[in-house]
Amino acid sequence: MHKIEIRDLTKSYDGKTNILEEISLDVEEGEFYVLVGPSGCGKSTLLRVIAGLEKITSGTLMIDGKIANNMPPKDRNLSMVFQNYALYPHMTVKDNILFGLDVKKVPKAEQKRRLDEAAEMLGLTQYLKRKPRELSGGQRQRVALARSVCSQSPICLMDEPLSNLDAKLRGQMRNEIRRLQKKLGLTVIYVTHDQVEAMTMGDHIMVLHGGKIQQMGTPLELYNQPANTFVAGFIGSPQMNLTQATLTEKGLLLGGDLLVPLNEEERANLPEGNQWQIGVRAEQIEPAAPGQQDTCLVYATSTEMMGNETQVLFHVGDTLFTARWTGQYIIDPGQHLHVSLSADDFHFFDKDKGTLIRPALHIKGFTAQIA
Amino acid sequence: MTYEHAAASVADQQAQLKAKRRLPVWIIYLLPSMLIFALFTIYPFVRTFITSFFATSTTGAMTKFVGLQNYIDLFTNANYLQSLGTTFLYTLLTVPLTVIISLLLAVLSASNLPGMGIFRTIFSSTMGISVAAGSVFWNLLFHPTAGLLNQIVTSLGGKPIGWLTDTHYAIFAISAVSIWMNIGFSYLVLMGGIKNIDDSHYESVEIVGGGFFYRLRKVTIPLISPSLFFVFTTSLINAFQSFGLIDMLTSGGPNNTTNLMVYKLYQDAFVNFRFGSASAQGIILFVLILLISQLQTKLTERLVTYQ
Repeated sequence: MHKIEIRDLTKSYDGKTNILEEISLDVEEGEFYVLVGPSGCGKSTLLRVIAGLEKITSGTLMIDGKIANNMPPKDRNLSMVFQNYALYPHMTVKDNILFGLDVKKVPKAEQKRRLDEAAEMLGLTQYLKRKPRELSGGQRQRVALARSVCSQSPICLMDEPLSNLDAKLRGQMRNEIRRLQKKLGLTVIYVTHDQVEAMTMGDHIMVLHGGKIQQMGTPLELYNQPANTFVAGFIGSPQMNLTQATLTEKGLLLGGDLLVPLNEEERANLPEGNQWQIGVRAEQIEPAAPGQQDTCLVYATSTEMMGNETQVLFHVGDTLFTARWTGQYIIDPGQHLHVSLSADDFHFFDKDKGTLIRPALHIKGFTAQIA
Repeated sequence: MTYEHAAASVADQQAQLKAKRRLPVWIIYLLPSMLIFALFTIYPFVRTFITSFFATSTTGAMTKFVGLQNYIDLFTNANYLQSLGTTFLYTLLTVPLTVIISLLLAVLSASNLPGMGIFRTIFSSTMGISVAAGSVFWNLLFHPTAGLLNQIVTSLGGKPIGWLTDTHYAIFAISAVSIWMNIGFSYLVLMGGIKNIDDSHYESVEIVGGGFFYRLRKVTIPLISPSLFFVFTTSLINAFQSFGLIDMLTSGGPNNTTNLMVYKLYQDAFVNFRFGSASAQGIILFVLILLISQLQTKLTERLVTYQ
């Protein structure tokens, strides 16, 4: 039995346009499931449907094996963490954490026990008497999490909980939420627009776009075998380089501009047809070794120096490509560079539909390894 | 120091001197409102304060300094004490009911169900009705024979009631009209407060399964406490300053039972031409409103949370 099971769920407000279309998914107990997509893709709506805050237009939602389409939110045995934390400004941290337990008729002694435990777990013990406005953003976030912990609901829904925090704190809270989830064995459904959060936190990820499922899978499946150009461009940072490719006698012509030479083996590995959209990850465009044959000549537009790596930007046709090189490269704008590209490293997508035809054959040094 | 430097420094000093001689710019910007405020608020207030210590002629000229006599006369005058009592009764009748009814209407009509806009328009519509028009309308309803209210009473087998002429009913009738008139504004302010509450606060309640009253008690009322406080204070001040309704509907009668402080003040000043006493009444009213609103602020401060 799946903890949460959704079949062919469709949601529409006006009966004409579907906010969500034919969504099916299974979430296992104790799993961290991430819904990711750009804003307006329907991910928050899906979460609210699961919470019972929105009605289902068609399809079924099952929680713990029971049909929950019309079950009131309180009977779904879940907690929710909102983007703005939904803390009550007139209540102390303590009352905010315990919010709702009185409705559920949890005895006072039990409330106290849970409060102490949750406050301890999230490092809030010394702030219990404060009001939310006296807390920092990160502390407020912890209060919202503590409320969830205190409810002891087995399912926790999180709607972009980290988007109001600064980058450093976000990284820290990612770890903390993940640790908490593992420790308590929570089933978490987590909505975010940030692919980094999706990649680093999720056991499973669903990518949504325009109310439709683009792809479901583990973070590495999404990274290594993106189902279409949308997922390819959405997952991974810097973004995957995507452009048109045409097969010619001399090799593969990218964006009508850059010719990538093909050897016998690479030519044999090409999918059928002679026109595709191709995608190549920034780390797979490498600087050519001195004296290397069959390299490509490009002109650097600019570079972004990260210290541990250098991102080199150059134009292929109208598209700006990014290459990611480990180490520090001092490159002037306009300088010509020899780079090494192999068609075996390209993802091939249907030229019109954008669906994956052939993933990259080897992801040099980047396939998952156990150290 | 080179010649250029010296010249520049002399020019600087001259500019500074000039700036000092000039009027600060902010005064020029403030001048119009300061003038108006001084002319129509500060001067009359000071003048009233001074007049309250004098005996006056019928033209309002101060004829003789009498010290606190005007005040002493007022507090020993049964009519004035009755007016004071009536004002308190009127305030107690109107303020809590206005706030409670408008809060209830606001809570009920805050949802986004279709057609709610119509209710919102209706509930806030009394804001757009002048006291004069409202009074005429209620005068018709209260009419002893032709009025709708008495028609209902008689059709139910009762005797016609002198809503505005019976000493037992008049103050209640006036209070009802006042509540009706003031609901529009209070409703609008409270509705604004409720609409400002983030949906997630209500959704949190929905997820834990709290009902209507739980929501009202734990979320709505605390989160609109600043609006509630504002409505409460302005209603209180309005109640103490009620004039139009009384003037239009009862002229203070019957038998002075609706003779509120401001109406009595007006009569003493502009009907009886006793400006000294009227001035004293004005000062008493001012002190009273000041004290009560201060007291109310102190008492409710703890309950109001600003986000």
